[in-house]
Amino acid sequence: MSRTVSKNFFSEAGRHTSPLRLLGNRTLTGLCIGLSLLTLVPLLSIVVLVLHNGLPLVSPALFTQLPPAPGLDGGGFGNALLGTVVMVGISLLLAVPLGILSAIYVNEYAPTSLLANAVRFVAKLLTGIPSIICGVFAFAVVVLPTHKFSSLAGGVALSILILPTILLTAEQALMGVPKAFREASFGVGATHFQTILSIVLPQAMPAMMTGIMLAVARAAGETAPVIFTALFSQNWISSIMQPSASLSVLIYNFASLPYAYHVKMAWAASLVLVVLVTVTNVFTQIVFRPKNS
Amino acid sequence: MITTAPGAQAHRGYRRRPDLLKGVCLVASTLVVVLLVFILGEIFQKAFPAFAKFGAGFLSGIQWSPNREVFGVLPVLIGTVESSLLALLLALPLGLAIALFLSEDFLPAPVRQTIRFVVELLASIPSVVYGLWGIAVVIPIVQSIGAPLSKWLGFIPLFQGPVYGNSLHSASLVLTLMVLPTITAISRNALVSVPKTLREGAYALGATRWESIFGVILPTASPGIVAATILAFGRAMGETMAVAMLIGNSQRLTWSLFSPSNTLAALLANQFAEAEGIQVSALMYAAALLVLLTLIVNMAGEAVLRRTQKATAGLT
Repeated sequence: MSRTVSKNFFSEAGRHTSPLRLLGNRTLTGLCIGLSLLTLVPLLSIVVLVLHNGLPLVSPALFTQLPPAPGLDGGGFGNALLGTVVMVGISLLLAVPLGILSAIYVNEYAPTSLLANAVRFVAKLLTGIPSIICGVFAFAVVVLPTHKFSSLAGGVALSILILPTILLTAEQALMGVPKAFREASFGVGATHFQTILSIVLPQAMPAMMTGIMLAVARAAGETAPVIFTALFSQNWISSIMQPSASLSVLIYNFASLPYAYHVKMAWAASLVLVVLVTVTNVFTQIVFRPKNS
Repeated sequence: MITTAPGAQAHRGYRRRPDLLKGVCLVASTLVVVLLVFILGEIFQKAFPAFAKFGAGFLSGIQWSPNREVFGVLPVLIGTVESSLLALLLALPLGLAIALFLSEDFLPAPVRQTIRFVVELLASIPSVVYGLWGIAVVIPIVQSIGAPLSKWLGFIPLFQGPVYGNSLHSASLVLTLMVLPTITAISRNALVSVPKTLREGAYALGATRWESIFGVILPTASPGIVAATILAFGRAMGETMAVAMLIGNSQRLTWSLFSPSNTLAALLANQFAEAEGIQVSALMYAAALLVLLTLIVNMAGEAVLRRTQKATAGLT
């Protein structure tokens, strides 16, 4: 924090500080550093295990073939990968327009209105709602009326999950556009609509896309919303009204199977998800960080 | 960002057309607000048959047997709160240590940046991957520490009885990791926003670094740390997949940390796909409870956080 006060944690004693107090000080410093480094251990363990168990399986077949029958080796999780892509796609189709349009209203048209505050409040509440509740909701509005588990239901559940992420990051992206840009645009006679469309949105686009990427990474890894809405399937997805496999449910289903190869496939699917999440996070750091600090 | 442009719209000779985009955005915003009402309404409405049938007895019942159409969630409620509290107990000191580490200058900035990134990464690893990792790593560890504990300390109810790998304790250990980022991030913000002058004052009085941390910085940041703990509690109660894979899914009431238990979220995850008739409604009732619990906890956390931010804003 304040470099003027202490240059180095081992030389912060005044001339008259008692050795006992100094010892206490150093012990606590050591303890604090030790505990912080301790958290690296589980993460390292996760990364090492995911790589160790998942990497040997990586091959073109893993991404293009169907899962093997119980007890057999070979094959892949092509259907689960496709199922995840389809469901995340459906969720984006639903949540991206809704989230971004609301963000535009909240930040550009009526930032101080009652509705804008209500939207911010709702988005905040939705981030705090457990992800499984999204699944419960989709179960109630899609699965129960259609009497069918389907990837559509899974997509609906995921769209509720990612809506707050998209809305809040889009709002942040719009806030990041300097006010002077808007004033300049109004100054040359542009309407509100023209300003938003040709000045504000292009400026905010990179940050918005990052938000959407974050949402994709989150949705792809979430299991709770799809576990009893899309269920699982051994076959390729044939229609969005049929149950569908997904990478995340595959991990859940295969994790506790007694077949070594299936457990390895769960690790390989984890590898895909962890890589997706890490890449997105690094990317987000690059886009969002410089503005914050 | 106030962006009214009176000049642009009331310009001479310019015919003002209605702004279509504004209308569309207005509709979208309204939809978002309605959506929350709709979600809550839908869950409560589907829960109503069970509510009418079991009433408050649902909360105090200790049996959950779909075959006999008897539903009580007391063991599950206890499991939810117990596993989350246990996770907090472990995560709070750890998270606080990291938050201090990140806000002090023990090690050079790049090292702190790396640790911060690592903690953020912990937050984004999917829950189901934690579950898989827990099965491979945490369960064997819990089994090996549980056996001696129950042998030597078996007279304490918490360690009584046989030791299971799929247990409350395994779930709590993984939950600890999962709430760590929440505690760390919010506590760190609270610590960083403690005015520099307070620290300098403590140093000027001859306090060592840790004397000033315990005497001045932590007390000043404590409302923020409380908020972090409450929000982490909300997060822990809602965590589903890792818990469902590790907790053993048993609705029996026991004291032991090493016996299987269940949480509301895990119960939903495990039973919804096969539920029929009144069981669907009973599960909706449980879901409504989960929503209420997490909403209350989260709103309390947010309220504390907002008050904190106002309070520290006045200090500078």
